[in-house]
Amino acid sequence: MKSGSNLERLLEKGEFVVTGELGPPKGPDVDVVKKKAAMLKGNVDAVNITDNQTAIVRMSSIATAKILIEEGLEPNMQMVARDRNRIAMMSDLFGASAFGIKNMLCLSGDHQSFGNHPEAKNVFDIDSIQMIYMVKTMRDDHKMICGEEIEGDFKMFIGAASNPFADPFQYRVHRLAKKVEAGVDFIQTQCIYDMKRFKEFMKQVVDMGLHEKCKILAGVTPLKSVGMARYMAANVSGIIIPEEIIDRLKGAGKGNVATEGIKILCEQMQELKETEGIAGIHLMAIEWEHKVAEIMEKVGFLPRPTI
Amino acid sequence: MITADRKPFEEIKESVKDYKKIMVLGCETCVAICQAGGEKEAEILASELRLAFGNEGNKVEVNDELVVRQCDDEFMADPAFLEKVKEADVILSIACGVGVQHACKFFNRVITDKPIRVIPGLNTTFMGANIDVGLWEERCLGCGDCVLEKTGGICPIARCAKSLLNGPCGGSSDGKCEINKELDCAWNLIIERLEVLGDLERIKPVEMYKDWRSSYSGGPRKRVREDLRL
Repeated sequence: MKSGSNLERLLEKGEFVVTGELGPPKGPDVDVVKKKAAMLKGNVDAVNITDNQTAIVRMSSIATAKILIEEGLEPNMQMVARDRNRIAMMSDLFGASAFGIKNMLCLSGDHQSFGNHPEAKNVFDIDSIQMIYMVKTMRDDHKMICGEEIEGDFKMFIGAASNPFADPFQYRVHRLAKKVEAGVDFIQTQCIYDMKRFKEFMKQVVDMGLHEKCKILAGVTPLKSVGMARYMAANVSGIIIPEEIIDRLKGAGKGNVATEGIKILCEQMQELKETEGIAGIHLMAIEWEHKVAEIMEKVGFLPRPTI
Repeated sequence: MITADRKPFEEIKESVKDYKKIMVLGCETCVAICQAGGEKEAEILASELRLAFGNEGNKVEVNDELVVRQCDDEFMADPAFLEKVKEADVILSIACGVGVQHACKFFNRVITDKPIRVIPGLNTTFMGANIDVGLWEERCLGCGDCVLEKTGGICPIARCAKSLLNGPCGGSSDGKCEINKELDCAWNLIIERLEVLGDLERIKPVEMYKDWRSSYSGGPRKRVREDLRL
């Protein structure tokens, strides 16, 4: 076992896993975290805690992850390369491990120009792929980057992201291969709406055997409204929403769009479950945590397996 | 070359308002080529200041001078020029930040009977190239450890907004960077170039952590060539 996390053990057992996502509050309001955690508890196998997502300042992912553990959920702590150099990363990882955090996601991070402090200086000392290698070295060789021994046992199940919808498309699978080479254990993809392009990507993944070297979780996000779909397609980098999905939402008529969005999502989750190389779903119900139970019930993924 | 932009006129005017004798000092090298601080720009700025102060009834003498390079002693050593420097209350240098600092240090070394005040008229921007008429783009951050041979001659340190060393992030879309649709994704350019060269294999292995000591992160840098020193 790499970290012995619930996520790792379920994946090892061959269970089709589902991870959720929780965005920390813009302040120290623990109740917000607890409320969202309660909505996710028992409905997903682990919960991603975003790290100042879109460069907007929020409660730290490490602190939020600790609260989740106290609430009886398993966190998947995200860490971005934007705000920390290698010194701060390793230090925070020791702290995270000491708190009992066993899963993490290594990310480059959205550029600070998107956030609420665009005047900030960024770091980008190491990139997400180097971060994967760093964490693997810490875990498997018990060494820091400099080669010094780590005191105590450092365990972490190492995740990273993959975006099949960014460009250049033909290179995306090679970037995933680099993450595998660096030592990633699991991958969560960007939100999938363009199923055709995703399947093309997965064919490349399977042909290269990458799905056998890491577990791939397909990312999905429910569309709440036509406006949200249009906004995401136009403004969120690396998201493609085919017109037919937007047409389906429009066709649902007033008052029924959200229900149609959930219906589309459930169909996507089923289709992804049948797709070769997919080991689970990463369900990003952003500010829609209260719908997760309903979604999981509808798609027939409840109750969650236990070890 | 080093590129720069002139500071807003009001900011410049405010910075020299307490002086009666102003020397606008142009620099004939990089900032002249990027048309921010050469002979013509020194003349224009001096006229603008004369006009602005004159309109306010403020009697100020504004002259303009030009040297080949403000970052080099030998171009500023002319005694007649130094006499004019000494007579001025302030030197408004429209060289890059290097020129401003070097001119200040040099003037105060060779002129010992009066402190010389040198202030900037430009904001220095980057090391870049003149891409087209009226267009300059950043090309190098001076990291001290060039990677261009691996990346098809396109620098990911200077031209990727995240200085990534292992390929394009998830924000690369239609060849453009996530932070600005006008900005090319450096990694998209690198991949295109390497494809043409048949060198795509070069970026398949994981590129390891960069040693930033050779960059500014290692502290302000100094270059010593013992063989050239007396």
